[in-house]
Amino acid sequence: MTNHWRDIKNADLILINGANPAEAHPVGFQWFMRAKLDRGAKIIHADPRFTRTSAVADMYLRIRTGSDVAYFGGLINHVLQNNLFHDEYVRNYTNASFLVKDGYAFTDGLFSGYSASARSYNIASWSYDTDPATTFANRDMTLQNPRSVFQLMKAHYARYTPEMVSSITGIPVADFNKVADMVGQMGKPDKVMTIVYAVGLTHHTTGGQLIRSGAVLQLLLGNMGRPGGGMNAERGHANIQGNTDHAISWEILPGYLKIPAPGQKTIADYVAQSAPKKSDKNSWNFFGTNYSKFMVSTLKAWYGDAAKKDNEFAFNFVPKPAGNASWMTIYDQALKGKMEGLMLSGMTAASIGPDSNQVRQALAKLKWLVIMDALPTTSSEFWHAPGVDASQVQTEVFMLPATHWIEKEGSFVNSGRWSQWKDQVLPPQGQARHDHWILADLFQRVKTLYKTQGGKFPDPIMSLTFDYKDPLKPDLDEIAKEINGKDLSTGKQMTTFANLKDDGTTTTGDWIYTGSYLDTGNLMKRRQGIQDPHTNDPTGMGFYPNWSWSWPLNRRVMYNRASADLNGKAWDAARPGITWNGSKWVGDVPDYPATMDPHDPNAYLPFIMNGEGVGRLFSNGMVDGPFPEHYEPVESPVQNPLHPTNSASPVAFLYDKAAGRPDRFGTAKDFPYIATSYRLTEHEHYVTQHVPHLVQLQPKPFVEIPQELASEKGIKSGDQVRVSSKRGKVEVLALVTKRLGPMTVAGQKVYQIGIPIHWGYVGLSADSDPSHGRYWLANALTPFVGDANARTPEFKAFLVNLEKI
Amino acid sequence: MSLPTVTRRDFLKVGAAGASALAAAGLGFDVALAESTKVKQQLRIAGAKELHSVCPYCAVGCSLVAYTRQKSDGSVQLLQIEGDPDSPVNEGRLCPKGATAMQLAVSPRRVESPQYRAPGATGWKSVSWDFVLDKIAQNVKSSRDATFVTTDGNGNTVNRTEGIAFAGGAAFSSEEGYFATKLMRSLGLVHLEQQARV
Repeated sequence: MTNHWRDIKNADLILINGANPAEAHPVGFQWFMRAKLDRGAKIIHADPRFTRTSAVADMYLRIRTGSDVAYFGGLINHVLQNNLFHDEYVRNYTNASFLVKDGYAFTDGLFSGYSASARSYNIASWSYDTDPATTFANRDMTLQNPRSVFQLMKAHYARYTPEMVSSITGIPVADFNKVADMVGQMGKPDKVMTIVYAVGLTHHTTGGQLIRSGAVLQLLLGNMGRPGGGMNAERGHANIQGNTDHAISWEILPGYLKIPAPGQKTIADYVAQSAPKKSDKNSWNFFGTNYSKFMVSTLKAWYGDAAKKDNEFAFNFVPKPAGNASWMTIYDQALKGKMEGLMLSGMTAASIGPDSNQVRQALAKLKWLVIMDALPTTSSEFWHAPGVDASQVQTEVFMLPATHWIEKEGSFVNSGRWSQWKDQVLPPQGQARHDHWILADLFQRVKTLYKTQGGKFPDPIMSLTFDYKDPLKPDLDEIAKEINGKDLSTGKQMTTFANLKDDGTTTTGDWIYTGSYLDTGNLMKRRQGIQDPHTNDPTGMGFYPNWSWSWPLNRRVMYNRASADLNGKAWDAARPGITWNGSKWVGDVPDYPATMDPHDPNAYLPFIMNGEGVGRLFSNGMVDGPFPEHYEPVESPVQNPLHPTNSASPVAFLYDKAAGRPDRFGTAKDFPYIATSYRLTEHEHYVTQHVPHLVQLQPKPFVEIPQELASEKGIKSGDQVRVSSKRGKVEVLALVTKRLGPMTVAGQKVYQIGIPIHWGYVGLSADSDPSHGRYWLANALTPFVGDANARTPEFKAFLVNLEKI
Repeated sequence: MSLPTVTRRDFLKVGAAGASALAAAGLGFDVALAESTKVKQQLRIAGAKELHSVCPYCAVGCSLVAYTRQKSDGSVQLLQIEGDPDSPVNEGRLCPKGATAMQLAVSPRRVESPQYRAPGATGWKSVSWDFVLDKIAQNVKSSRDATFVTTDGNGNTVNRTEGIAFAGGAAFSSEEGYFATKLMRSLGLVHLEQQARV
């Protein structure tokens, strides 16, 4: 989230797409209701399924899954055609005025630079027209130049008329126009809208652009950086945020530094290819300017004395991947026989998918598999799942009992970036050990093997810092201090990342957490909450600055310089983020130099993290287009009404095709219905299959089937049905419902089927079923394809058939 | 119209002052029932240790208060988990999952000791920590050495382990996650993943 949960109460309008917060994030949803009930905010919910979120929304739109770029595109078009954008914001705080160089074009669904054989773009033409002397972008503040981002964008979205939006999304034109009117009001400076989304937007082959289309709309309306505004992702696991920040992710190092690439030999090479570059004279380019300091300080934290200036701070210790190494790639490599071992912790490959049956084949091709978990999972048990002959599975499997969250201390970071410390409440149950103790012990044993036997490049293993009182049992408190970092010359904890250096005299484990753990103590433990709102929420905006700690630097709303106008006055005096009081910025922790006078002609532009200094309506940071464009899901019953010849994303990554395996995509002829998957309130992924009360509340797997389709098929609620895709099947109960219904898309009648994800062959439900959950894995159905940018699978839109058994 | 703004903390305060009738009637609670529930809860957690945690499920980040008591045999009993009324995130509220977190915390279904399943075996074998950690360490070294690439086809130093992957961590404390990244990168891993994408 750019903002945070409690901040949603500050909104005038709440757009919810690809999310069902009333059921999936029910306690967070109280802030939506506060906005609605206390300040008369309106809620608009666009979702394939009418849910409890829809039930309290002011407007519910039944939208075809995977078509939200068209919905946001239509709203962008409405705002541009009717001059409803926030003029001062768009001119000064976005790249609307930047000129794009000749060569950039968009024709019949393809951006310039496409190679069909490589299924990828050369993005060289997606860049600014620059002044050769300064290398800065040329700008036209009147926004009239036909090569300005503003005019190119206007032309791009002119195709997204209400009729076109309706044809793609299935939303009736009249309903769409009503929404457009409401959204169009939000460009006024005293109005603010928030967009809230979850994996219903990300789990598509266009996932990255689905989010970007919302962000572009928010920039046009001047809603980024403001309390009550922003782009707010609801994350689905307790600490998915913290562990993304700390880079359990192939493409990054802690704090969203890029993983180095082959060919980079020095820190300078790395920074040159990774850091944003300044493209306007008033851009601070804070991230780009300090990139080397963050990187060197992390290398110092990891490799201590072995990281020296004369060895480029041990830059060659960091592995440089040949290419994508994300979730599906792991199993793709296993299928090719190139992956020998896999360690899974709190995450079950066999269920989480996509394409569970193929993933289970991949697990059977591993030499060894380690599961670290408190409870059995579909991965720990995959080798003797129903229908599997265990004697034929040659994978060596280890099940290591790990402790639960409540048996250890440490922080959880919520969707709003609040890092909240928890106590150790209970001692470990049985022989369970903490995950980090298991890893520490394992690492020391590997190190001993390298010491005694030698082996490939042991240097990083030998040099890794282990400055813990007990190297086999590090305290999470010690690690939290390490993450914050220290000044090696004074031994003091760093107070801000602004003081990090690239000369080897400072350390940080993750620069965005610098300031979380000072010499005075661990700020994540702070508990000054609503027991005293007057003292603890001094601005009255709900920031609660002394409750836990929020990255970066305890800032509660990111990009908050954009919450004030050019003079430093809040766009809406009743809802300030930060304001200039004549000598400094006050309010939230400023995302800006604390004493920089906005009237200074050299004052920095508001967005300090990118090279432009302003929000990007046009971006070359994406590999599938500088403007979001609607493409059909890889499996779709219709051709793209915008450009039928380039219907699906031309750069979506098709793993099977790339690996030379048979294509397993279904067509509407054999698989006529659209399916989407989701969670229920009573379960969280798969672990709750072990929780008796929750299994009692939602005991059996089911699929939701629209009433009209059920009548056509003679299916009643409680009937056993088979839902199949080209890749697999589920056999579960039918729940016939009015929550789903027929839609007209591209002139055709289509149905959507809903599939909750929670069941499999492990847990209380499976134990009580004669089939032992043999055909209960929802992800047996989903396709093995990825978004071009993030390789996020397309869990949320695929084709199935439906039969009564 | 507005939501009731009386928090659980206020409610208990009002109840304790003996002036609950009006406030409670406004909430639609039966006063006597609320009063007796309060007494029962107080008896249950009397003298208990009060600790703070965060809900293990979604990422709203609801704060929890957990009550424990040490039994005469030295073991620690978890008595109750409830929403923390001081939190600006949840203000004491919990959903069905958070409210049943006790059944996740303490469970007869937990794996109590390390388990090993040899290639082709048809069942688990209970083994010691030393047994599994030694075996995995050997596997890590052997797979690392077998699949380690020092220099790629273009002559670039890349120092990567291609044949081992690590995935997980959305249930880790952040510090464990950081520690996992630090160790796995130092083993040369490039295949590193958690739940953000899936």
